[in-house]
Amino acid sequence: MSDTTIIDLLREKLPTECVLSEAEELRPYECDGLSAYRRLPLVVVIPKTLEQVQTTLKLCAQNGVAVVARGAGTGLSGGALPLTDGVLLSMARFNRILAIDTANRTARVQPGVTNLSISKAAAPHGLYYAPDPSSQIACSIGGNVAENAGGVHCLKYGLTVHNIQQVEVLTIDGEHLTVGSQALDSAGYDLLALMTGSEGLLGLITEITVKLLPLPETAQVVLAAFASVEAAGTAVTAIIANGIIPAGLELLDNPAIRAVEQFVHAGYPEDAAAILLCELDGTAADVATQIERVSGVFREAGATELRVSRDDAERQRFWAGRKAAFPAMGRLSPDYYCMDGTIPRRHLSRVLAEIERMSTEYGLPICNVFHAGDGNLHPLILYDANQPGELERTEELGGKILELCVAVGGTITGEHGVGMEKINQMCVQFNAEELTQLHAVKHAFDPQGLLNPGKAIPTLHRCAEFGAMHIHQGQLPHPELERF
Amino acid sequence: MMTLVESFQDTLRAAAATGTPVSIRAGGSKSFYGRPGTGTGFSVAEYTGIIDYSPTELVISARAGTPLAELEAALAKENQMLPFEPPHFGPGATLGGTIACGFSGPRRPYAGAARDHVLGITCLNGRGERLRFGGQVMKNVAGYDISRTLTGSLGTLAVLLDITLKVLPRPETELTLSLEASPEQALEWLNVWAGQPLPLSGGGCIGKQLMVRLSGFEQGVKAAAQRLGGDELAAADSFWQDLREQRHPFFQDDRPLWRLSVPPATAAFALEADELIDWGGAQRWLKTSLPAQILRDTAARAGGHATRFRGGNRDDVFHPLDPALLALHQRLKASFDPAGILNPGRMYSGI
Ligand SMILES: Cc1cc2nc3c(=O)[nH]c(=O)nc-3n(C[C@H](O)[C@H](O)[C@H](O)COP(=O)(O)OP(=O)(O)OC[C@H]3O[C@@H](n4cnc5c(N)ncnc54)[C@H](O)[C@@H]3O)c2cc1C
Repeated sequence: MSDTTIIDLLREKLPTECVLSEAEELRPYECDGLSAYRRLPLVVVIPKTLEQVQTTLKLCAQNGVAVVARGAGTGLSGGALPLTDGVLLSMARFNRILAIDTANRTARVQPGVTNLSISKAAAPHGLYYAPDPSSQIACSIGGNVAENAGGVHCLKYGLTVHNIQQVEVLTIDGEHLTVGSQALDSAGYDLLALMTGSEGLLGLITEITVKLLPLPETAQVVLAAFASVEAAGTAVTAIIANGIIPAGLELLDNPAIRAVEQFVHAGYPEDAAAILLCELDGTAADVATQIERVSGVFREAGATELRVSRDDAERQRFWAGRKAAFPAMGRLSPDYYCMDGTIPRRHLSRVLAEIERMSTEYGLPICNVFHAGDGNLHPLILYDANQPGELERTEELGGKILELCVAVGGTITGEHGVGMEKINQMCVQFNAEELTQLHAVKHAFDPQGLLNPGKAIPTLHRCAEFGAMHIHQGQLPHPELERF
Repeated sequence: MMTLVESFQDTLRAAAATGTPVSIRAGGSKSFYGRPGTGTGFSVAEYTGIIDYSPTELVISARAGTPLAELEAALAKENQMLPFEPPHFGPGATLGGTIACGFSGPRRPYAGAARDHVLGITCLNGRGERLRFGGQVMKNVAGYDISRTLTGSLGTLAVLLDITLKVLPRPETELTLSLEASPEQALEWLNVWAGQPLPLSGGGCIGKQLMVRLSGFEQGVKAAAQRLGGDELAAADSFWQDLREQRHPFFQDDRPLWRLSVPPATAAFALEADELIDWGGAQRWLKTSLPAQILRDTAARAGGHATRFRGGNRDDVFHPLDPALLALHQRLKASFDPAGILNPGRMYSGI
């Protein structure tokens, strides 16, 4: 069908203010948090009611038009990147907290609600929602579910998948599914796990029931400085080996420390090669015990300086630097590219050293600010997109870093998702049979392949072109099977 | 020589070609669970051994046939544990069976379920293809979360081969308080306390006895115990084990055993049944001869579901799925196992 028709059909069925198709109206939707990738959608739909969402999906299904869902657009892998011939479906107007059930410690929320506002609404009841991505003031809970977002406190409290109980879903045909339940588990397959992190490829999430946890009695941060990144890496392993699971354990290397200091004056020691921020929470007595032990471990690992937050204001100040790390980089360099691989913790020192070597090789500076306790790296490559070829070199370097993560037994994405960005590296992590199985799962939900097509799971054809797929004697395994 | 996995693959390819179902089995400790298996026996019992265990990573990988007891002993040696405290239901229990059933014990509401600790699985789908999803690391969002989806799928999607789990240090101190409380009072306390920063790790009520387990650092546990009151239970470990393994006298009863999974603050059921409260209220064991429909309606009204765990009509075990979900289950099953050979009917008829 021709392009004008789907816009006409949408206009016919939806209120005028819900359908945007002028170029200047489309512009704000041309990219998500990965702004290196941009394109204008054919049309943007911003529904106000579930019926309007359903109508949009049905029209798209009937007319074979692709749909890209969008939450707050803070994603860092191009998951919400529009398609030039598709509909961009924004869930921004679904921004209500529907109910807080204090007895069962859950909140029922619409997908467009920001992550932080859930914890704010729960706070008067002494409860909070644990996963806390650094983008929590802006990102939507729907986007968090679609990406299985993590945060600083995931080391102890888990990722999004561990902290939700139920999602309401609309399929591409507009059919309604309740996935999960109000209890701790549900009958049948664990579709809740399958929906979490599915990057908008399986269904549209229209409501979420999240778990709420009691606010800890106290929390304190130990800041430890180290003379080498290796020593800091060793200290991370030692903490866990001593039976302590901190609420958060983050590492900043020297370039990151200096950038942050210039920006927010968090009071970090600027001459340190690396610092660790280790948050401990629990009852006052437990926190005291843990601080003593953690300090001992850090000293033994060669910490050159140790500071313990004395009050909540100081704790906030310690974290302010970590939280401002990305914007701080933005001031240092015209552009930066944030990577997101996870590795087994024991390889931290080795991988960081190798990343430094690659940085020199490519002549592109790299800062490291990351979730060390989880082994979740976020190397930030600084570059200037105005320099010809620099973006391409940056992407190549980023790809190499991710392949290194896979080589040491890790993964190409810990929390930011595959989206458009890491689609080629998926060919490194998965073989043809595995990718075919992943496509078959999508097919079970979305037989026409209309939900966020081209993202998250590469076609075998794409992998063959990328050259990473192992093709035996010029033949794909199982040539008889349909390739999605 | 053909490896064990290659011989599994051969068997599955042949079964798929002829459409002959296989009934996957390891230690046989959980053959009572689910609908009856049909098909040729397919044993993974020989596929054993811990593949990798590095305590500082908090990660263990083992083959599906590895005895659960062996795995737990290896962890205990390093003062670590499986946080979801899985029931064994007999000496034959294996890792594969535990994950295929998705069973979790009393620590579940406070530490997470089996699926929460699964990091990666290598499996064989119904085409005999060896597939690896997830990995060895805590955070991994590459591709759909297939390894968690396989957890609790009762072998109907794939044969589990290698399983990687997140483990945790054992708590330094653990104690159990026994308090006298009616079920109503117990449910109220359990849920009020779960909303407060207390080091809870177990909460159950049998008859008029409420048991609350606390785990963590010594000082915090002691302070919490003082606040909650009651008496310290002497044989605490055996109490929680008997509850987990269904050896407690409550379970010695000829009537069918039902499991109702409901929101934790759901009031005690006014049904003709004996009720045991576990998981801080979120898991209720009912001994009753009531018709399935009543239990299913009761659970559904509360926002949960009911499973006929032991006894009674074994063809009707799991809570029926609504038609759209059932259709999706069928399509998913077909995506993994197009010939329908893996444990068909073990979960639902037609799956
Ligand atoms: C400064 C900064 C810091 C960040 N820090 C973290 C961090 O610490 N941890 C972390 O995990 N992430 C982090 N992120 C990444 C990002 O914030 C998360 O991925 C977040 O979950 C995206 O939410 P969103 O609402 O912006 O989703 P979007 O970017 O709008 O969309 C993300 C994906 O979800 C899909 N989607 C959105 N809504 C729905 C829905 N209702 N139904 C189905 N699919 C949907 C989209 O199609 C897309 O594929 C950070 C980003 C920035 C910019």
